[in-house]
Amino acid sequence: FFQYCLSGHPTLPCNVLKFKSTTIMLDCGLDMTSTLNFLPLPLVQSPRLSKLPSWVLKDGSMLLDKELKECSGHVFVDSVPEFCLPETELLDLSTVDVILISNYHCMMALPYITEYTGFTGTVYATEPTVQIGRLLMEELVNSIERVPKAQSASMWKNKEVQRLLPAPLKDAVEVSMWRKCYTMPEVNAALSKIQLVGYSQKIELFGAVQVTPLSSGYALGSSNWIIQSHYEKVSYVSGSSLLTTHPQPMDQASLKNSDVLILTGLTQIPTANPDGMVGEFCSNLAMTVRNGGNVLVPCYPSGVIYDLLECLYQYIDSAGLSNVPFYFISPVANSSLEFSQIFAEWLCHNKQTKVYLPEPPFPHAELIQTNKLKHYPSIHGDFSNDFKQPCVVFTGHPSLRFGDVVHFMELWGKSSLNTVIFTEPDFSYLDALAPYQPLAMKCVYCPIDTRLNFIQVSKLLKEVQVMNFLFP
Amino acid sequence: VLSMFCWCAGAGQDVGRSCILVSIAGKNVMLDCGMHMGYNDDRRFPDFSYITQNGRLTDFLDCVIISHFHLDHCGALPYFSEMVGYDGPIYMTHPTKAICPILLEDYRKITVDKKGETNFFTSQMIKDCMKKVVAVHLHQTVQVDEELEIKAYYAGHVLGAAMFQIKVGCESVVYTGDYNMTPDRHLGAAWIDKCRPDLLISESTYATTIRDSKRCRERDFLKKVHETVERGGKVLIPVFALGRAQELCILLETFWERMNLKAPIYFSTGLTEKANHYYKLFITWTNQKIRKTFVQRNMFEFKHIKAFDRAFADNPGPMVVFATPGMLHAGQSLQIFRKWAGNEKNMVIMPGYCVQGTVGHKILSGQRKLEMEGRQILEVKMQVEYMSFSAHADAKGIMQLIRQAEPRNVLLVHGEAKKMEFLKQKIEQEFHVSCFMPANGETTTILTNPCIPVDISLGLLKRETAIGPSPDAKKPKLMHGTLLMKDNSFRLVSPEQALKELGLAEHQLRFTCRVHIQDPRKEHETVLRVYNHLKGILKDYSVQHLPDGSITVESILIQATAHSEDQGTKVLLVSWTWQDEELGSYLTSLLKKGLPQSTP
Repeated sequence: FFQYCLSGHPTLPCNVLKFKSTTIMLDCGLDMTSTLNFLPLPLVQSPRLSKLPSWVLKDGSMLLDKELKECSGHVFVDSVPEFCLPETELLDLSTVDVILISNYHCMMALPYITEYTGFTGTVYATEPTVQIGRLLMEELVNSIERVPKAQSASMWKNKEVQRLLPAPLKDAVEVSMWRKCYTMPEVNAALSKIQLVGYSQKIELFGAVQVTPLSSGYALGSSNWIIQSHYEKVSYVSGSSLLTTHPQPMDQASLKNSDVLILTGLTQIPTANPDGMVGEFCSNLAMTVRNGGNVLVPCYPSGVIYDLLECLYQYIDSAGLSNVPFYFISPVANSSLEFSQIFAEWLCHNKQTKVYLPEPPFPHAELIQTNKLKHYPSIHGDFSNDFKQPCVVFTGHPSLRFGDVVHFMELWGKSSLNTVIFTEPDFSYLDALAPYQPLAMKCVYCPIDTRLNFIQVSKLLKEVQVMNFLFP
Repeated sequence: VLSMFCWCAGAGQDVGRSCILVSIAGKNVMLDCGMHMGYNDDRRFPDFSYITQNGRLTDFLDCVIISHFHLDHCGALPYFSEMVGYDGPIYMTHPTKAICPILLEDYRKITVDKKGETNFFTSQMIKDCMKKVVAVHLHQTVQVDEELEIKAYYAGHVLGAAMFQIKVGCESVVYTGDYNMTPDRHLGAAWIDKCRPDLLISESTYATTIRDSKRCRERDFLKKVHETVERGGKVLIPVFALGRAQELCILLETFWERMNLKAPIYFSTGLTEKANHYYKLFITWTNQKIRKTFVQRNMFEFKHIKAFDRAFADNPGPMVVFATPGMLHAGQSLQIFRKWAGNEKNMVIMPGYCVQGTVGHKILSGQRKLEMEGRQILEVKMQVEYMSFSAHADAKGIMQLIRQAEPRNVLLVHGEAKKMEFLKQKIEQEFHVSCFMPANGETTTILTNPCIPVDISLGLLKRETAIGPSPDAKKPKLMHGTLLMKDNSFRLVSPEQALKELGLAEHQLRFTCRVHIQDPRKEHETVLRVYNHLKGILKDYSVQHLPDGSITVESILIQATAHSEDQGTKVLLVSWTWQDEELGSYLTSLLKKGLPQSTP
């Protein structure tokens, strides 16, 4: 039994497990915090961004003036954003037999692994994970490809040069390994290697090991995995939640009596109570709109947004916001909203009961029907005609480096009436805002992270009676 | 060799009222709980008294499995669980769980409210019954109890239809319910892995039919509808609200669009809109094409098909009406049929199977004068067409499924005796497996070869592996122990422990053999020679010369005495226990060869 950890990110794991002569990769998350070092990709020419001064070395040399720009004391790379891949040198990834995916956030590096390492095995994931994972990848590829950037900076990556740069660029690790985004053909090739599985389905690997996905309660189709031989049982717990949101609740009973429990994807903000954060989110939103300002919510196109829309559905009438338009802008907005309604079997009990009636499980169907929520593939086209202020906009990407959100930051940043509310916990909001400084708009940080916190973990460990724990 | 029992309460050589009881390794599972559309009396429900005898159903049955929402598979469920009384788990897929109560309520309304029957299950009973239902995912292994597990496979017959594998230890049964091996306009094809069950219970509605290609049937259907509408006639298509109806709607919708036709298409209201909604919400259960395109265009949102109102039936001019139920045995379809039957311009198309006793069955078998309620005679002048659109596997499909699953035995249900007999022969010829077709109430016993797990005591395992060369994982190793069958379990323990546990005294079995050796020397010298000889040969064994003049090789004892008559012959007594038989007989044969010439 060996375990290798290929990702430095705590909530976007990538581990490799060698067990009974099979090599199993557990998740392949993509660390996107690297993009924070880059300048945002504006959808329309931004005079502010193009006028930023070049950064000059202390000795006055202009060596990097084309690659690095300065904004409010921070230095950014002026290039197509790049991602930090899982470690590929530690072991030969072509020997990986299978990849087990636990949720759609933890599969974003899949094309890099399946298309570039000689990987020939099978990937296992649930149907919602694959469908929503595809949407996340599509949005990512789309938001980077639609803003072609002529220049691709590489000089700053030279070790000698990097040494001279200010933090955090100076301290960025393995910059030579950073990669540009994959393409849609690569996404499709990677996804074609996935075999769909259901919760509690027993899958035999070479007759040596049996793997079983279990509901993890964190997202639609999210799963923990049991990896067992006849006499040993390894549980891989990744991104799990004990809170009642839209997904099917976590299956704890099946984790009992594991010899080893590998635990990843804990909440990074244990002090932020999700319920409290949602309340704060709603009240900040209402206050801004009542004062005539606009609200920007940088978010992923699936996941927490479903819960937020549901809260707003209950909240808007009582808060007198019925006439405020809600916009959801993403190339996959429509697909995401539609897909959320068809996975009845993967939803919590209350939502399942609604489907039996038959009614759509999520109330955003009604928000769309009553025209309170409108969705658009991008800011271009129909949106520009329908656009009314004050309004609430949900759009990506939460890093604020690409996607339609860049446009709204530029548009609304100058007015203190407007508010940007951060709900996704993956990026530091201060770092995300750095290239937009100085900023007049209000910034509210309401991270909503439903994953396990330490108290819940210790309770869980007590309940499942495990022999050994592993925190990679 | 153990056996497995299978008993048909319904569906044995019969279509309608599916209900099968399987007993596998001591577990009792009921498969489907259907009603018979052809009867209006006690015979419509299976006879559960056979199961109950005098006990309670809950005590006897470990679980109930429902394959899909058609009433001939789930219609008796509230009667069974609430009126006869069953409180154990009932398993079905999510779409079945969603749709089943609606069809049951519909059925109840027709029976109680319209026909005025009493002593029938109530709405509350349907609700209480559904509370006992546990929904399962496809391919999920559901552990009913510690030993019994079930797993659902996609069956394609209607939305949410599933085949079920029932497994106890290494014995297993697959029950197909109704299935379809060819994808159609809205559903995918049934699929199962090579699970090699001991028994495959397959439906056989279309046991002898090898149906022509789907495309031909569709073209034929469209042509007939089109012709009738062109000449100003009305087309009645009796359907069940969910299933074939949606497929035919998709077919007509695209045809109307392509041909730019204007004649109205109606769908009898009530269930319809709801039904289409179920298809939208459970779109992951439909075929690949619909699933892929649903975001852009949902196939279940129809433009040309509108809700039907009772008054429309008397409207002049052509129209097409889908009306429920599908076998013309009651409700709106029968009402419309009575109105339109007298006109030869009109047409009724029966898109599915009709059970004996229904109006549908009568007109399909050529009857043109029907006796209706109140001795009224209805003359049928309208054209009657039959189109096999119901999604059952045909003979080819059934054979294909057998090839996929590789069962050791096949049992045919849900079909007509004559047709089943033909298919049975075909299956036996091609696959060389036994094939059964029990009648209702008949029990079939199937022999199985279950593997029986045996616990080995750790002490014994350690002791046995320590003997001889170190174990090689790739080679089998012989072990000695005692098999104990006690308290319904099997254990392999050391003989000592077995004796102790069973309170038995130990008996020893010893073999003694005399070997004559020509040696004139004194006894103790002979012993010494034997000792040296054995020591030289048996290097790996402990050979000892004891002070009392005997030799031991491990636990084998050798003593020498002079022959009573011939002093030149010495008699060696070799004595060993039964456990050392191998070494003992080896020593004897060694000594029989004589001693080597001594080298003084």
